[in-house]
Amino acid sequence: MNFQAPIGSSLPRDRAKRLLAGRGQYVDDIQLPRMLHLAFVRSPYPHARVKSIETIDAVAMPGVARVVKGADLVGVVSSWRGTHNLFPGLKAPEQHVLAGDTARWQGEAVAAVAARSRAEAEDAAEQIVVDWEELPFVGDAEVALENGATFVHDSLGSNQAFAAEVKQGNTELAFQDAHLVIERRFRFNRHTGVSLESRGLIADYDPSADRLTVYQSHQTPHQQQDLYARLLDIPEQNVRVICPDVGGAFGLKHHLYPDELAACAISKLLERPVKYIADRFESFLSDIHCRDHTVTARMAFTQEGDIVGMQVDDLFHAGAYSQYPRSSIAEGNQIIRLCGIPYRHEHYRAAVRMAYLNKSLLGHIRSVGHPIACAVTEQLVDLGAKQLSLDPVAMRRRAYLRDEDFPTTSPGGIALEHLSFHGCLDRALERIDVDAFRREQAQLREQGIYRGIGFATFVDLTSIGPEYYGEGGQHISAQETCLLRLEASGGIRCYTGATDQGQGIDSGIQQVVAGVIGVPVQDVKVNSGDSELCPVGGGSWGSRGAALAGEAALRAGQELRRNILNIAGVLLQKVPELLDIRDGAVVDATSGAKQLALAEVAQIGHFRPYMVPDNTPSDLTVTGRYASRDRMFLPANGLHVAILDVDTDTGLIVFQRYLVVHDCGRLLNPLLVEEQIRGGVVQGIGGALYEEFIYDDDGYLCNGTLADYLVPMAAEMPDIEVEHLETPTATSELGAKGAGEAGTTGAMGAVLNAVNDALTPFDVTLSEVPLTPPRILRALGKI
Amino acid sequence: MTEPSKTVQMALRVNRESVEATVPVRRNLVDFLRDDLGLTGSHVGCEHGVCGACTVVVDGAIMRGCLMLAVQADGCEIETIEGADQSGRLAALQAAFHRRNALQCGFCTPAMLLTAAALLEQNSKPSRDEIRDYLSGNFCRCTGYQEIVDAVAEVAGADT
Ligand code: FES
Ligand code: FES
Repeated sequence: MNFQAPIGSSLPRDRAKRLLAGRGQYVDDIQLPRMLHLAFVRSPYPHARVKSIETIDAVAMPGVARVVKGADLVGVVSSWRGTHNLFPGLKAPEQHVLAGDTARWQGEAVAAVAARSRAEAEDAAEQIVVDWEELPFVGDAEVALENGATFVHDSLGSNQAFAAEVKQGNTELAFQDAHLVIERRFRFNRHTGVSLESRGLIADYDPSADRLTVYQSHQTPHQQQDLYARLLDIPEQNVRVICPDVGGAFGLKHHLYPDELAACAISKLLERPVKYIADRFESFLSDIHCRDHTVTARMAFTQEGDIVGMQVDDLFHAGAYSQYPRSSIAEGNQIIRLCGIPYRHEHYRAAVRMAYLNKSLLGHIRSVGHPIACAVTEQLVDLGAKQLSLDPVAMRRRAYLRDEDFPTTSPGGIALEHLSFHGCLDRALERIDVDAFRREQAQLREQGIYRGIGFATFVDLTSIGPEYYGEGGQHISAQETCLLRLEASGGIRCYTGATDQGQGIDSGIQQVVAGVIGVPVQDVKVNSGDSELCPVGGGSWGSRGAALAGEAALRAGQELRRNILNIAGVLLQKVPELLDIRDGAVVDATSGAKQLALAEVAQIGHFRPYMVPDNTPSDLTVTGRYASRDRMFLPANGLHVAILDVDTDTGLIVFQRYLVVHDCGRLLNPLLVEEQIRGGVVQGIGGALYEEFIYDDDGYLCNGTLADYLVPMAAEMPDIEVEHLETPTATSELGAKGAGEAGTTGAMGAVLNAVNDALTPFDVTLSEVPLTPPRILRALGKI
Repeated sequence: MTEPSKTVQMALRVNRESVEATVPVRRNLVDFLRDDLGLTGSHVGCEHGVCGACTVVVDGAIMRGCLMLAVQADGCEIETIEGADQSGRLAALQAAFHRRNALQCGFCTPAMLLTAAALLEQNSKPSRDEIRDYLSGNFCRCTGYQEIVDAVAEVAGADT
């Protein structure tokens, strides 16, 4: 089809105007009559037995409505296990909203207080006396898997949660014969999403209607609706989950959290609205974290710089439980499939092991596993190039998959449509003169300035297909439906199952609908984030909105357009094919002469339907539905280039330039995609340079405030140049691929390679992130 | 059992309206504005003075509403995003933020606007580096900061 504006136009967002005026409505802005506030008593120990919980003093505190222990919720809410049926080897222990006799991570809640205000709830929580018996703990994945390690869950009989291996060819043989094998051990430390708005919800149970309404800062309202209905035993049609404005999510808000489910259960128990907002310390303690992987990887090369194969061993952990409902395996599971993916190679073996240990849960945060696979691959490519005395750019040029290689299936088993590795590199080299950079680098080194350049090529597995969770047994929709309704005035209401946490998918969908039908963008109003009003959909995560919800919107738009033209055709006594819709009016397709306003058509359709023959499709409320077929992912690709200086006296890093060349197929709105990519880069730089949870020898989290968990602020961040290539996917009509994680995916690899390039004269290689000043200075032997 | 917390009476002006209130002495300013006065445009991101989301204007100067007790605002003139928006004094910044998509989730945005306006009051022609420095007390997790810097620079008439 012919894609017309506003599809592809850089338009500002409708929603932004409210937010700019301070008129946003986030969940903590909502107050309900008779609402109670929750505070939790959380385990101060990584592993402890709960011998008793004394609540008498707390109950007597002002404002307290109820103190709740795990036993009080038996029969109100069910437990769960974070399994995945595609991976039957995954062992997942049973988890409860409040820990029973054993707390297995620092921060696990054992009791809750519901009171008139949060302050009063916290006062009372302080009066609860828990008799803890500290137990030996496991704080490290390697230790967890050693013989004789303390079990996190006795019932599992082992701390190994999951293991998998992917193989193609024969790496043993190929590595023996290879000209060069590079091996590195990488450490990717632990960090998280840190949405500025913390997690939170209001659960409002009405016993007279057996109805639960939940206002929640969340990415997936339909997933939550299903979970609340099943775990709280409420008919699903009586459960409504509304996601109002959401203050950032980044994956940490698409899970079920025990404290959030506890709030729903307590609302059901007390038959009153209950609000729970995590404070920042609770967020750091209890939000899903990511990374904490140790990867040992080898890459084999020919003398000419071709890549022969790769071997990868990843060890990570899930924390104390498997996250629900998606399970915790994906980060490791993606790594073993994604390493080496941009490059031609035949021989591949990658294995992953996942442990349980006594820390809060690890799971899906923006760009699951991808930054690790990218950093590992790209550092090995750079090291190989160095050993072979090849230029890293020439090396990539030689080893990338070539246009004629597509379509192909990667050695890790990922089906790849056409990807534009060479195009991205060409575009980057138009922007950055690498030869001039090398001359400048050499001159600067003489002045004691160590500047480096780092390239990171990536593939992003966007827009997951329905088989992954469908076969996995999770009730998570990878299908999207868009509902359109033409109002009598000619305006269009649109309802989507995708959700908007600021990335702007509402606007992308609005532009698709407006473009496909032929109406001005302001005539389309998009509604999202409501499990009752919106068609069942997956929400927003995994870079899926534009590709999946966008295609559903396109299909709905085509149907509404056809029906409008059918009605117009009857009124004008013309065949609909001779008519078109332009700028909100039905026109003659050849002359462009205006024939009817959309309102005239709509009014016939709604109020005088007898004017249209029964057998003429003329519904003015239509749906379009899209789910991908026969493919697990929709891979997108790109390239990051970082140029930075390393101060070898302080270990500090200053960016000079940052470029992203990205190909997410058809762009719905470049303005929004660009700032989303920049935000992703900055988040990736956070993980590469600053963000790291630190635990002491006793397993306690030491940096649970924003003052000592460092996040990137404006002053340290570079301007980020973004270039687009557009290679539309042939698997949909719209041709869009996902974009939301692309910024994060490549940043770690680009920064790591740039730092190592800068430090070439010192003959050191860093392979642990974040690249904090102490790590850099230690590598340089300065401390 | 502890005593119920003490309260104090106070009078102040908020967004050009007089307000009399009895507040618990321990309540911080941003909670008072949000929960007692319904001025939910000021946000809470950390409650320990780092993220800047709670920024409000107290007697003409930007302050962190989580680091100030409500009772300390007795007799003060407070302006929040709601008042600043209505006065129109942020209109150019708001328009530039909108046009350039200098926000995603918008949670940091009211504070960013008030902070940017404070910068432009002191320094009508800040450089991009000066803008980045001044905004460095305001955490934004969604954007890459760049469009925020561009929007402020645009309003300042600087080269972007
Ligand atoms: S909430 Fe006040 S600075 Fe973060
Ligand atoms: S726009 Fe989300 S934190 Fe700034």
